[in-house]
Amino acid sequence: MGAALQPVAPRPQTTTLVVPGMHCASCMGKVERGLTALAGVESARVNLSARQVSVRHGPALQEPDLVAALERIGFASQPRGADLAPPASAVKPLLAPLAVAGFACMNVMLLSVSIWSGAGGATRDLFHWLSAGIGIPAILYAGRVFFASAWGALKHGRTNMDVPISIGVLLATGLSVYETLTHGAEAWFDGTLMLLLFLLAGRVLDAMMRDRARAGVDALLRQAATGAMVVSKDGALQWLKARDLLPGMVIRIGAGERLAADGTLLTGETSLDRSLLTGESAPVTARAGDALHAGMLNLDRPVDVRVTAAGADTTLAEIARLMEAAGQHRSAYVRIADRASRLYAPAVHTLAAASFVGWMLAGAGVYHALVIAISVLIITCPCALGLAVPVAQVVAASALMRGGVMVKDGGALERIARIDTALLDKTGTLTLGRPMPDGAVLDGLPEDAAQVALALASHSRHPLSRALVEALTVRGVKAAKLADVVDVPGEGVRALWQGQRVALRRPDGAAASRGMVCVLDIENRPAWLIPFADRLRPDHQRAIGWLRDLGISAEILSGDRGQSVVDTACATGLFARAGMTPEGKQQAIAMLRNMGHRVLMVGDGLNDGPALAAADASIAPGSASDVGRQAADFVFMGDSLLALPRAVAGARATMRVVRQNFALAIGYNALAVPLAIFGFVTPLLAAVAMSTSSLIVIGNSLRLALPARWNQEEAA
Amino acid sequence: MTGLAFLIPVALLMGLGGLWAFFWALRSGQFEDLDGAAARILIEDEGEA
Repeated sequence: MGAALQPVAPRPQTTTLVVPGMHCASCMGKVERGLTALAGVESARVNLSARQVSVRHGPALQEPDLVAALERIGFASQPRGADLAPPASAVKPLLAPLAVAGFACMNVMLLSVSIWSGAGGATRDLFHWLSAGIGIPAILYAGRVFFASAWGALKHGRTNMDVPISIGVLLATGLSVYETLTHGAEAWFDGTLMLLLFLLAGRVLDAMMRDRARAGVDALLRQAATGAMVVSKDGALQWLKARDLLPGMVIRIGAGERLAADGTLLTGETSLDRSLLTGESAPVTARAGDALHAGMLNLDRPVDVRVTAAGADTTLAEIARLMEAAGQHRSAYVRIADRASRLYAPAVHTLAAASFVGWMLAGAGVYHALVIAISVLIITCPCALGLAVPVAQVVAASALMRGGVMVKDGGALERIARIDTALLDKTGTLTLGRPMPDGAVLDGLPEDAAQVALALASHSRHPLSRALVEALTVRGVKAAKLADVVDVPGEGVRALWQGQRVALRRPDGAAASRGMVCVLDIENRPAWLIPFADRLRPDHQRAIGWLRDLGISAEILSGDRGQSVVDTACATGLFARAGMTPEGKQQAIAMLRNMGHRVLMVGDGLNDGPALAAADASIAPGSASDVGRQAADFVFMGDSLLALPRAVAGARATMRVVRQNFALAIGYNALAVPLAIFGFVTPLLAAVAMSTSSLIVIGNSLRLALPARWNQEEAA
Repeated sequence: MTGLAFLIPVALLMGLGGLWAFFWALRSGQFEDLDGAAARILIEDEGEA
């Protein structure tokens, strides 16, 4: 019967939604159960690391249905745009070579130990053959990473750390094969494999840190709507993806939805949150005919918008391009490990070649001289050097993450360690970026008035109402019982309370010009004015003081004009520049950079995007727009501004450890290389020395995880 | 020596077995969501007991 009714099984589709709010097992359970309970959903599987859920469902369901279903169980979600697919993990391609190197290294070492403990004759030959049988394929497989990178560098006439590694590995393997064939006493498969193992471990750590940080940041991304409900001439509604929208189409934007394209408002009047574009949290009112931009959030009521520009033509996309151009110079920054290898690679080559020539001149045979040259190459191979930077950075990044600062990549730690000037945006960066009602006024409200205010505010989605609800709830106020509640968008909420007319509304006349204020009316009583203001972040004084202690001068760059900037400058004691455009901020940074300063930009809005990309290093608060978070090197969670100096201090501590690691690794080389050059290094000695120096470097780096001074709050 | 002829293949096969298991885990997506795997054990099943 069922088969007759459904001759063709509907092809299930897979939709991936980003759900930033998931963070624990119970969230996972709720999301999976909630989606599976939906008719037409075949299965739902959460990926917690990526904060995503993949849903297999029938064709009847559409993205908005799934988003609505998640909304009902209390999770905000966005469809993942194709352009925002998470970047391919850098760790995964390295795991298989690492496993192969580990397996081969253990087995070959087992055989080598018996050779070192005196196995001779046929047994030794057998063990060498076995080692070659395991070692050669393993070296070729695990070494591909290095061979490919070395070949890439050589092709362009450059050299990098992978060149001496590749040459050393290949020569050592070749010579070991020769030894095996000629019943020689020693083969170097064990040392070569161990070298690859340690180097791969360093690479994996490096990649892991980038992946981990990026997963957190990616999860927060994607604020712009990825589609819109299109209204056709005959009134039919159809959901279209953002890239399929065309100028001239009419889209309907519900209250609480974001615009997916630029357009003009056709009918009605609504207020919009432009914070994504300007960083300014106060909503603005738009009337029919006004131009709207992609990324704005519709607050009040559903409106129809005629699309004027979509996709790559929107203002949002234009700022993204500006940022891309601004970020160019940052790719020119050379990471410290690469700088070291530029010096290191030629030095190693010269040493190895010199010892070969030296021994030839001293009368040793080609074979003997070659063995010594190879042992120089192997012993100087930068095992500890390869671990020196990534281990320290991974440890520091985890410690910073526990302190609420997410690090996007290791290079950022190096860049932020060297800054001497910090430029701070005002709204959303120095301040919390959301309006807060005046505490003194709330305390002065009689209890019943506060209860009415809470009840009225809870009926509105307006940001001021939400802030009022939050503040009153924190004070333990309970909502009063209301009747006949009417929410008039753009005006306020009206209702009846114990037979009296009450309202929470926007002020009229003179009071309206006094910034963010709302009025609480209760019949037969005088009206209360509740002023709202954007408050400075907690701890801003201590954070700025700590920055000063670190030798960093701070300055405010604000897109706002007028009194609010002056007030902030007075409160923080910082020099401020007001009325800066995105280009202006970018130029200010370029000027400071030309004067030889290294600049840290702290900002949140889309208007800070180009500046964040142009600065030497940048930090954005977790509440920032997606553009801000994407452009910044660091993202800090929570409200406290102390994350700022903590990131700088942490990065400086990391660089100190990195320098110590370099000193340790080079010190080891300084001891071992002369021994190798004079031919005293046996494979056993090389193996022991190599592991010891690597372990010391790892141990030194782990100190960064200790609750160190930089990780705690400022002492003074 | 006869012991070796027996033990060495055993050691190698066991190692290869581990390596194969790791590759299988890698390919079947066991490393896709490490945080989720850690949390999943705490999900309470509300379905039939």
